[in-house]
Amino acid sequence: MLWACVLLPQLALDGVLRRRPTAGPLVLVAGAANARSIVAANAAAREAGLRIGQRLSAAQALLARFDALPYEPESVQRWQQFLAAVAYRYSSEVCLLPHAIVLEVSRSMGLFGPWPRLENLLRDEFAALGFRHRISVAPTAHAAHVLAGIADGQAVLTPGALDYALQRVPLHKSRLPAAASAALPGMGIRSLGQLLRMPRDGLRRRFGAELLLALDRLTGAAPAGLDSFRPPDRFDLRVELSHEVENLAALVFPVRRMMADLAAWLAGRDGGVQRFTLQLEHRGGHADVPVGLLAPERDAGMLFEVARGRLEQMQLAEPVLALRLIARDLPAFVPAGRDLFDQRPANALPIGQLRERLRARLGDHAVYQLGSTSDPRPERAQIIASRDDGRCEPHPRPTWLLERPIPLRGSAPRILAGPERLETGWWDGGEVCRDYYLVETAQGQRAWAFCAPGERVGWMLHGWFA
Amino acid sequence: MSAVVPLSSLLDARRVWRGRVEPMPTGEQPTGWAALDAVLPGGGWPAAALSEILLPLDGVGELQLVLPTLARLSRGARPLVLVTPPYAPCVAGWRQRGVDMRRVEIVAAAEPDVLWAMEQCLRSGSCAAVLAWPRQADDRALRRLQVAADGGRALAFAFRDRRHLGNASPAALRLELEATPHDRVWIRKCRGGVVPAQPVSLPYAALH
Repeated sequence: MLWACVLLPQLALDGVLRRRPTAGPLVLVAGAANARSIVAANAAAREAGLRIGQRLSAAQALLARFDALPYEPESVQRWQQFLAAVAYRYSSEVCLLPHAIVLEVSRSMGLFGPWPRLENLLRDEFAALGFRHRISVAPTAHAAHVLAGIADGQAVLTPGALDYALQRVPLHKSRLPAAASAALPGMGIRSLGQLLRMPRDGLRRRFGAELLLALDRLTGAAPAGLDSFRPPDRFDLRVELSHEVENLAALVFPVRRMMADLAAWLAGRDGGVQRFTLQLEHRGGHADVPVGLLAPERDAGMLFEVARGRLEQMQLAEPVLALRLIARDLPAFVPAGRDLFDQRPANALPIGQLRERLRARLGDHAVYQLGSTSDPRPERAQIIASRDDGRCEPHPRPTWLLERPIPLRGSAPRILAGPERLETGWWDGGEVCRDYYLVETAQGQRAWAFCAPGERVGWMLHGWFA
Repeated sequence: MSAVVPLSSLLDARRVWRGRVEPMPTGEQPTGWAALDAVLPGGGWPAAALSEILLPLDGVGELQLVLPTLARLSRGARPLVLVTPPYAPCVAGWRQRGVDMRRVEIVAAAEPDVLWAMEQCLRSGSCAAVLAWPRQADDRALRRLQVAADGGRALAFAFRDRRHLGNASPAALRLELEATPHDRVWIRKCRGGVVPAQPVSLPYAALH
């Protein structure tokens, strides 16, 4: 077993920063209205002297201008769940620890390569999503969590090396039960190494079984006791905008970010999305933008382009306060196969993506194919379908077909071929009885026209031999 | 020296010049009409370029001109796209002329979007040929289509009214069809060749 731990020290702050990127000082505050204190501060705020735990009034005395936003404890949990679903791409066993995600990677390395490469993949993934992180790896989940808390990038790959690494961990960073880590320094025990050499009986008597269990979990003598994370079956992401947005162009950035999140989440569960809804929340209501795709997709750029196409057709009646993306229809994703000796240009857009791009702007039914039926009546002989029974009509047919026959104007046409009698449809009320001719009009057009059987007047035009 | 060499083996080895004219090299995109291929500079449609077909009226053989090409391309790897055709293509009729209708995508676009849709299809590089019937296309729009066709290595056909003949066009090939007398195609512009003084007669009637 080998566990990687991704420690997320600033989950709440990163969640805020990614929706409103700012270079200026920004803090998150919590607590009662008259005694609010800082729970998270960005680099610019820390440089100006603001500290976590400081009262907001004290901070305002230090710095004249900074942004203070309310801290939302549930957002931490939401983002942690989201990132766990993203990490699910790299391991089948993902667990949650406070402010951290641990994943079992000994089997993943067979697919993604040795640890340094997998570590880079994880770092790229989290950096692209905009979350600060520290990554370490160790043979037990809890040890990886402890090591990530001490320094970034620690890699302990064997149990022997783990014993050595744990020896030097200072006690206050060892994430042991609070009672023990408060009392032990008073007894002269300052590192884990010292603690591990203590007789277990004495420790149990003084601190209870809880401490021993925590130590056993660190060294691997006891199982980690964590519940495996299961990615949810639906994607639901809500982003509050920092101000009221009245034009669609300002929605492009958050929508792009949401689509990137959706794509990363889909990659985690190795699925695609076929249908999703973008909700634009107004004051007292919301407008829905449903997006349907022909086939499951998960490419961030393409999802964004499709969503933007639908969004551009909207009229914003009211300012938008928040965006919400809900995806429930999440079928399996099958990447399109490509020929090794593909003749197309290197930058070619696959035909599926082209169809989606056209549909996004022109409407859901704008791209179609025509197929034939077995009905001999020309009006019913073809339908919108992508099948072709390959039946070949023995009589000549035109190349253009009019939607419905119209009177053929002008002087009497010259008959070139015909007649072909069609007398059918008596069973369903759409009875036709016509003689079809290939005719030439006075202007020299070749037309497919019909008249009543036996007559050669009252020509109706039904197609062109173009 | 006295070895007898059979004449057939010499001919098979192509060591004897037979004094016959070499057949015309077939172009990359033959039109399927021998008479037309013979006069077009490249032996066919200009590959990866815009061809403009000017008509006096609908129904004078404009589709017959391109259907042999479409039938050939519909058996290839890339699909064909019709952008807002003026009428519905008759499936039975197209099939009689050899086109596999499963490879034909039809795009319905409102008039302002026709050129956009055509450019997207051309630029994507995943269409073998794109046919469109634009009504409002100026010199700049046609130039964009020409560049898109070049980038996507696709055949572009723009069917337009004959009154545009007087306007300059960036298309690589301009053909004009006549209603009467029948079955004559005038080549009005061909890049990389001399415009023939005589129209080309095509035996459409054989297909009817």
